[in-house]
Amino acid sequence: MAVERFPVEASHIMMFARAIGDENPVYTDPASPEAAAFGGVIAPPTFTMASSQFDPDNALRPRPGQPWFGSAKEPSGAEVVRTGRLHAEQHFEYHRPLVAGEVLTVSERDGKQWQKESKRGGTLSFEEKFFDYSNVETGELVVTARFVTVVPSQVPTQG
Amino acid sequence: MTLSAATLQIGDSRTEVVLDNISRTQIVMYAGASGDYNPLHSDEVYVTQVAGYPTVFAHGMLSMGATGKVLTDWVGDGRLTNYGVRFVNQVWPGDSLTATATVEALREEGGRHYADFTVTTVNQDGKPVVIGTATALVDP
Repeated sequence: MAVERFPVEASHIMMFARAIGDENPVYTDPASPEAAAFGGVIAPPTFTMASSQFDPDNALRPRPGQPWFGSAKEPSGAEVVRTGRLHAEQHFEYHRPLVAGEVLTVSERDGKQWQKESKRGGTLSFEEKFFDYSNVETGELVVTARFVTVVPSQVPTQG
Repeated sequence: MTLSAATLQIGDSRTEVVLDNISRTQIVMYAGASGDYNPLHSDEVYVTQVAGYPTVFAHGMLSMGATGKVLTDWVGDGRLTNYGVRFVNQVWPGDSLTATATVEALREEGGRHYADFTVTTVNQDGKPVVIGTATALVDP
């Protein structure tokens, strides 16, 4: 999910804030005193996830002229993007507040890999990846995201 | 408003309902804003007939995003330095999520004051859905 340019825009932040049920004016109203204190609306803590909107290879976005595995009137029959990989953990490190108006670049690094035995999922294979979100002009690191995904050797029972 | 270490004690906690009676539309809003359009979260035909789930379910990151509110409402805007969670149970339409943040430690490092929190979000049955930790920069 390397993304060359992730423009952080006020209206995108507003939509994201509404989507997580948090309409704090520091996220939604550039004219509020809360936002003015930062020189613009700031991003909620998990906003950098939305960089996938700017990922040209995002497999979870339908595109014109390409098969999409979701349904229309009926199931599409298209091959499902199914990796068996589940999102196990998500961590963020904030180096400073992220303010609307800046453009970030996202680079990806591999982390550790490890395994754990579980009664429900058999052997669980964990994989860690880091994403560094930096200001494209200054190179300053703004947010570091750490994703941990897991692939169970057997399908876990629905909990 | 920012928190001051002098007014905080280990064990202090805040609880907030962060999402009430989650609608399918709320989940669609998250898909649209985040760019995660996986049909598991919005497409009833796909999710029941192809993927084999009882119905659509919320993105884990919707629960994590909503849970952040109990932290930022307490510590103030732009004050978090770390926030991380494990996803422990799925969240379904109609669930209501209640998040609790608890002060675990207060420390000083390089002349700055930090508060460490644990955070747990449960559904309407008291079952945890996300469990995590956070750290915020606080005033002395």
